[in-house]
Amino acid sequence: MSYLIETKNITKRFGGLVAVDKMSFGVKEGEVVAVLGDNGAGKSTLIKMISGVYTADGGSVFYNGSEAIIHTPMDALAMGIETIYQDLALAENLNVYSNIFLGREKTKKKFGIFPVLDHEFMYDESTKILNKLDVKIPSLKNNVRTLSGGQRQAVAISRSIYWNAKVLIMDEPTAALGVAQQKQVLDLVNSLKDHGIAIILISHQMRDVFAVADRIIVMRRGMKVGDLIKKETSTEEVVNLIVGSEMVS
Amino acid sequence: MSDINKKIGFSLKMAFANYGYLFILGFLIIISTILSPVFLTSGNIMNILRQMSITVIIAYGVTMIIISGMIDLSSGSVVALSGVIGTSAFVMTGSPWVGLIVGILVGAGTGLFNGTVITVFNLPPFIVTLAMMTVARGLALLYTGGYPIIDIDAFTTFGKGFFLGIPIPVIIMLLVFVGVVILTKRTRFGRYIFAIGGNEEAAIASGINVKRMKIMVFTLNGALVGLAGVILMSRINSGQPAAGLMYELDAITMAVIGGTSLSGGIGSITGTLVGGLIVGILKNILNLTNVSPYWQQILKGLIILIAVIMDVYTKSMQSSKK
Ligand SMILES: Nc1ncnc2c1ncn2[C@@H]1O[C@H](COP(=O)(O)OP(=O)(O)OP(=O)(O)O)[C@@H](O)[C@H]1O
Ligand SMILES: [Mg+2]
Repeated sequence: MSYLIETKNITKRFGGLVAVDKMSFGVKEGEVVAVLGDNGAGKSTLIKMISGVYTADGGSVFYNGSEAIIHTPMDALAMGIETIYQDLALAENLNVYSNIFLGREKTKKKFGIFPVLDHEFMYDESTKILNKLDVKIPSLKNNVRTLSGGQRQAVAISRSIYWNAKVLIMDEPTAALGVAQQKQVLDLVNSLKDHGIAIILISHQMRDVFAVADRIIVMRRGMKVGDLIKKETSTEEVVNLIVGSEMVS
Repeated sequence: MSDINKKIGFSLKMAFANYGYLFILGFLIIISTILSPVFLTSGNIMNILRQMSITVIIAYGVTMIIISGMIDLSSGSVVALSGVIGTSAFVMTGSPWVGLIVGILVGAGTGLFNGTVITVFNLPPFIVTLAMMTVARGLALLYTGGYPIIDIDAFTTFGKGFFLGIPIPVIIMLLVFVGVVILTKRTRFGRYIFAIGGNEEAAIASGINVKRMKIMVFTLNGALVGLAGVILMSRINSGQPAAGLMYELDAITMAVIGGTSLSGGIGSITGTLVGGLIVGILKNILNLTNVSPYWQQILKGLIILIAVIMDVYTKSMQSSKK
């Protein structure tokens, strides 16, 4: 089976710094690929080029075998590439259902002409998707500010699923969570895999990675230094690649 | 038991933090009624509403600007520029409507310019609108040669007229209120200004065209300032290039008193209208009780300070609620 999402020689520079250097990797349907690397290795930058937040300085992204033109987040979203960001997840001053529909609000016509927000529809749909994923939130009308880290993450994931993610990118989804909440998120990831979604998971938690990933990509200083099948590798090997005491490809 | 007490105390505090401006308004009305027998007469109330209307219309716009995490310092000068050009359009054509529309368009034009410069060059709104503040004032003076445009009697309906006994500026203030409330509460546009002010990066990542939104907010804000400019000239019966001085600060004060947070993402048009009422009533009662204008200046400054402290206080309340 070929890759659903793939990058070829993708590169991003910030001034003189090469944050991502000719990275090539791909993810198949129903596959979870973990991207690991030390702080500043370029993981977030890599996925931001796939999700349209940054435009690549070189190389390209392929979706379903053909080259994808991704200039803005909307381009990526339209293709079913949904991203849960490490640093810019939700608008905390808006309520839960407004966040699930942010940027893609449902409107209805008032007096046959004026498009106004269809709050009821958005509320109901959000309730449905949260129930379906067994996510418990006190009230969807509460601002996201009032939610716990795990609840926020669950809202962000539900949002991606509601919008029919084909590719789901998660940047350190469990970083700020307690043990029980981490498990919830990982269970969610495992169940999404069965739905044929291609998942890119960035994490520093070796345990998480080994719990859900099929493949492990290791980055160092913007470059890919390892592409390993989980079943054939070990925590030790991965750690060595991350810190750079050994070179494998 | 003490836990419940704490909870009650806490939610009271929350209520005050979120709706403090309503408490203040109520308090102010009671005090004013006690201090002056004239205060609650319908004539005086109309007076208050009419006097505040122009600044409140500007304040609606600046509220949206602040909610989206920006600021506009140019409105006072743009009031003058759009006002004099609108007035002169009236003088040329003899049509008050043309004057009105030209004034609004000039205002919208300056807003479009502000928004475009801010987003294209990625500059802070503070600086760009500060520049516009002097440029627009200069243009207004240049256009008129520094002299007021006079003999515009037929143009004064917008500022001096009445409809069903209510001053036209007040009616305009209320009509615009309804429009802007719907816009901010019921439309995507409204949702997006809150999203941008709350978390601009999340807004971008959600596919919102943040640059276009910022330009749109500034343009709309400019149009409202233009409208205010025309009403002002119409009310003072001449096109005055020096009019509107410091209006931007009055408008920002109204927004902040009404609960709009200077750090963006939080605020409401209703709050701003209440903020306008607070400022308007305060000015009125100080006049009725013959407080010297010097003291009025000082009090106004203190009120701005209190409003900003309330803003910070509200913030800390909300973050401690987490
Ligand atoms: N917007 C930016 N402007 C300039 N430099 C940036 C920018 N974003 C990232 N960088 C730099 O690019 C490099 C890669 O950063 P990136 O955020 O991709 O790392 P990361 O692997 O996600 O790290 P972490 O594990 O800490 O999240 C770092 O050196 C970082 O300082
Ligand atoms: Mg990162």
